[in-house]
Amino acid sequence: MAAEKLYAGTDVGSSWTKVVLLNPAKSLVGYCLKKSGTDFSATARRCLEASLEMADARSEDIACSFSTGYGRKNVDYADDTRTEIGCHAKGCFHYFPSAMTIIDIGGQDNKIVKLDGSGQRTSFKMNRKCAAGTGAFLEEMATRLDLSLDEMDRLARQSTEMVKLGSFCTVFSATEVLENIRQGRKVADIVKGVYFSMIRRVLEMDSLTETVVMTGGVVAHNPYMVTMTEELVGRKIMVPEHPQLTGAIGAALYAMNSTGLGMNED
Amino acid sequence: MTEEKIVERKPIKATKEMGRIMTAYYFQLNDAARTHSQKIAWCTSVGPAEILRSLGFLVYFPENHGAMLGASRMATDTIPEANAIGYSPDICSYLTADVGAYLKGVTPLSKAYKGIESVPKPDVLVYNTNQCRDVQDWFAWYAREFKAPLVGIETHRGVGDVSDAHVESIAKQMEAIVSPLEEVAGRKFDLEELKRVLALSRECSELWKQVLDTASHTPSPLTFYDGAIHMGPAVVLRGTQQAVDYYRLLLAELNERIANNVAAVEGERHRLYWEGMPIWGRLSAHAKMFAALSTCVLASTYCNSWIFTAFDPDDPFTSMARAYTELFIVRSDESKERYIKQMIDFFKADGVIYHDAKTCPNNSNCRYGMPQRMERLTGLPSLILHGDLNDLRLISDEQTRTNVEAFVEQLEENKT
Repeated sequence: MAAEKLYAGTDVGSSWTKVVLLNPAKSLVGYCLKKSGTDFSATARRCLEASLEMADARSEDIACSFSTGYGRKNVDYADDTRTEIGCHAKGCFHYFPSAMTIIDIGGQDNKIVKLDGSGQRTSFKMNRKCAAGTGAFLEEMATRLDLSLDEMDRLARQSTEMVKLGSFCTVFSATEVLENIRQGRKVADIVKGVYFSMIRRVLEMDSLTETVVMTGGVVAHNPYMVTMTEELVGRKIMVPEHPQLTGAIGAALYAMNSTGLGMNED
Repeated sequence: MTEEKIVERKPIKATKEMGRIMTAYYFQLNDAARTHSQKIAWCTSVGPAEILRSLGFLVYFPENHGAMLGASRMATDTIPEANAIGYSPDICSYLTADVGAYLKGVTPLSKAYKGIESVPKPDVLVYNTNQCRDVQDWFAWYAREFKAPLVGIETHRGVGDVSDAHVESIAKQMEAIVSPLEEVAGRKFDLEELKRVLALSRECSELWKQVLDTASHTPSPLTFYDGAIHMGPAVVLRGTQQAVDYYRLLLAELNERIANNVAAVEGERHRLYWEGMPIWGRLSAHAKMFAALSTCVLASTYCNSWIFTAFDPDDPFTSMARAYTELFIVRSDESKERYIKQMIDFFKADGVIYHDAKTCPNNSNCRYGMPQRMERLTGLPSLILHGDLNDLRLISDEQTRTNVEAFVEQLEENKT
């Protein structure tokens, strides 16, 4: 049974809901991820219960709880909310305390957030309305190629002659994929082309300055994309231990700060 | 559950009077169109309305109707009608919403003013391309539809310093439209009458400027959202005594707020400058969203665009040409940059929001690196919202909300 106070962060994303529990030392003692589904509130609660079980704790042990993400206002147990932009910034600075550019690739949006050396946000950008370059794009392409998302990373690594996909538009890109299938191109080469297209869409959002950190579910499940980005930009890219949980960890850190704890450490 | 706070900005008492004069304006147009008692001219919003009034025309402004289609959220249903006859979804959504509404046989005027069934038919259409080239195409469509004459002024674009040559060429074009307008009006042009109308326009403009300038006070007694609503008389009634009287009333109320330190947004913590077109269909929603975040979007280039300080009744054509060429929208990026910086300083803004309106490239001043240059110049952060003036299909409300909340979080964290 956890005797210490815990701080909960809940990130209700468009695809996945993530809950984390941090102890006062900011260690991750419990977490859970589930598909967000259609009842954000219920999913968040189930994730919280599983996280508590993992931490061997009770809900009474939670001193404060913040939520973030697309469904941040639907978390009935949260004391307050912060945007996912703020939470990813907070989470990344916790792992890499320096000036940085954060690239977060989520289910339905991408973000580029810049922090100065003290962790203050200096700017941020979200992708425009279009889904190009987001997890939704990857899901659409997986469907077109009749692949599971898990297979894509392995296949991309096997590519010997990457195809080029030029369109901004997800639907037009899907047409390009069909054209490449028709021409008999290898699936591995098409998958790598899909990855490359996503990276290009993200990189054209902003310049990369200082330390570059990548987070989000897409990075967690497609780590080869980080390698490809490193090759493209010619620099090392940092990835936190749990890239998909970074937003939830940021929310938990905000919760901790709101109680007066850990304010000067991040 | 984290409750969403609903916060309204402080209501302006003068709104009732504005409603009264706008109602009278539209019924006068409607009656004239029905009875043919007075000639009607359609005019672009920053066109030579003063010349038209001096010739006895009642003046109707399709752009105001376009904004009403947006604000009433009818535009998204009417735009496809215009798209279907060849007007692209990528061009001005005032144009497509307005032409689409005509084709569909609907108007927000019917909802706002019981008894009005359609827009008033024009006897002549007069444009000035100082807003954009789209107004010319827009008016040309109606000129063909109503078989009415179309006259216009083609303005210089990308103007740096306004030179005498610029002014002279526009003044000549203004003089040249008098004769065809006399023909439609059925009466001779009277210079003294133009001077009288221009004097009223100048007074309206000065009062409107004073109204908008009240937002420089901390806390601001006015929001951009109030400005977007209360600019109605400055657009459609400038050159009349009603507009002058109205802005005196509004100014007195705002000065009273200043005297009593009354804020438009209670607990004002952040002050933002709006650059670009309003998002008409979300005006009220956005006003509430910012108010709930204790943030006052207090001023804008958009509302300032109906300030014409150059108007001089003693030299009407030259001064009108100057005023209508000094407009922000026709100026070079260097001039725009200087202007925005000056406004940020004057209104003591903490940041800038740029609206990148998909169908209005002419008034989306964030596509050539302006936000980045302005950030370097002022050290203040900015946010770009991707949306549109009228076409709600081009707006993601959730993305807008997240962007705005994250921006205010950033302002808040950098303040503490």
